[in-house]
Amino acid sequence: MATLAADLLNGSRRALARALTVVENERPDAQALLTALYPHTGRAWVIGVTGAPGTGKSSLVSAMAAAYRKQGKTVAIVAVDPTSPFTGGAILGDRIRMRDLSGDAGVFIRSMATRGSLGGLARTTRDAVRVLDAAGFDIILMETVGAGQSEVDIARAAQTTLVVEAPGLGDDVQAIKAGILEIADVLVVNKSDRPGADNTVRALRAMLELGHPTNGGRMISHHGLMMSDDITHPSPALPVGDVWLPPVLRTIATGDSRTQNDGIVELLTQIETHRAYLLDGHRLREREHDRIEHEIRDRLAHTLMKNLLNAVSSEYYESVISQVQARTLDPHSAIQALLSAR
Amino acid sequence: MDGHAIRILIAKPGLDGHDRGAKVIARALRDAGFEVIYTGLRQTPEMIAEAALQEDVDVVGLSILSGAHQTLVPVIRQAMDAHELGDVPIILGGIIPEQDFESMQQVGVKAIFGPGSTTADIVTTIRRIVAERGERTT
Repeated sequence: MATLAADLLNGSRRALARALTVVENERPDAQALLTALYPHTGRAWVIGVTGAPGTGKSSLVSAMAAAYRKQGKTVAIVAVDPTSPFTGGAILGDRIRMRDLSGDAGVFIRSMATRGSLGGLARTTRDAVRVLDAAGFDIILMETVGAGQSEVDIARAAQTTLVVEAPGLGDDVQAIKAGILEIADVLVVNKSDRPGADNTVRALRAMLELGHPTNGGRMISHHGLMMSDDITHPSPALPVGDVWLPPVLRTIATGDSRTQNDGIVELLTQIETHRAYLLDGHRLREREHDRIEHEIRDRLAHTLMKNLLNAVSSEYYESVISQVQARTLDPHSAIQALLSAR
Repeated sequence: MDGHAIRILIAKPGLDGHDRGAKVIARALRDAGFEVIYTGLRQTPEMIAEAALQEDVDVVGLSILSGAHQTLVPVIRQAMDAHELGDVPIILGGIIPEQDFESMQQVGVKAIFGPGSTTADIVTTIRRIVAERGERTT
């Protein structure tokens, strides 16, 4: 395992690919590998890309990666697609949209299946991003499964989160529902050459203004509890620059020769602006602290549950389920029984 | 294997545009619990080798209906070897005349599935090939 980490740090792509498998399969040696790599992480800028199926996330990621390559930055992509809950299988098809990136040693693309995780990412995606970070990529683009309204894990795994919309997917009430739009640092209306793009942009802008009408349209708490230190309403207008108002951008990731890549350079500029905003003062440090605390809780919960289930015999576990099913035990008492069983 | 889904790359090298077979196989393998990395049409040998490397797949499945397998498969094998993927098996589906089976096996093709192959047979064969390759050590 020491050699795998060393080979990876020396730039071996084969070692990198193997390391990602070790982490993804949660093999027993994964922990030692991640321990060895962790000191080398924290240098990449991690950009999350989420949005409904068919909004063009993969094409957008591909266009962004090509634009970053023109700036001389190296790019890794983690593309997540859903695992079938019925068979455990998956079709990982994001590479179809990324063929323009082939043959470039400054790009590395890895597809991941969710393997039962429901937040839009796989449980091991964060660790995969760490492996790619240690391998020295400047930019890591993390694409979620086609996400609806509550797949918000990405906001805690990324430093800048893009939420991708496309024209014609919903009215302005969709736009003010809780969830995915709240996690956006940048809102992207992709396929903006399609009819209805203006309406989509308008609805999103209006949604942002509803977030804090007393504040000149600037939205204070767009991350909800994650950024709760920013909630100071009702308040006089804060100095410009204290609040991040998510910009709404139009892009065309796949168009004809005239429109292809429209808005991509502007998108990269806005991501850079967001990065500068986070790096200013304590914002990034606070966000990282919040993120790490959340990850530690996640991992604790997972490990505690695994340990508990290991300690309880499967017969007893089954018998508790049967009792709940037979209405001789309620679910809450079942938990107490399982907790005190070992 | 370590108890996780088999990862297979399904690629269509060359210029023929008939991808229905590849899609049917991709779907059948998904239903058998595989993780299928589907790359689409018109893949160059270098693209296939690169994807196989980055995705760290257990096996590469090629669909060729153009009759160009004698040209394409050796080049793909070479490109994979150049990426240190000499131990990753290749399987082949499509229209492959029986007299070519031997030359295909010589360039490292582990199984060939023509018209009439059942998906159950394909799944079983891939599982066996991956198991024979055995537990990989990094």
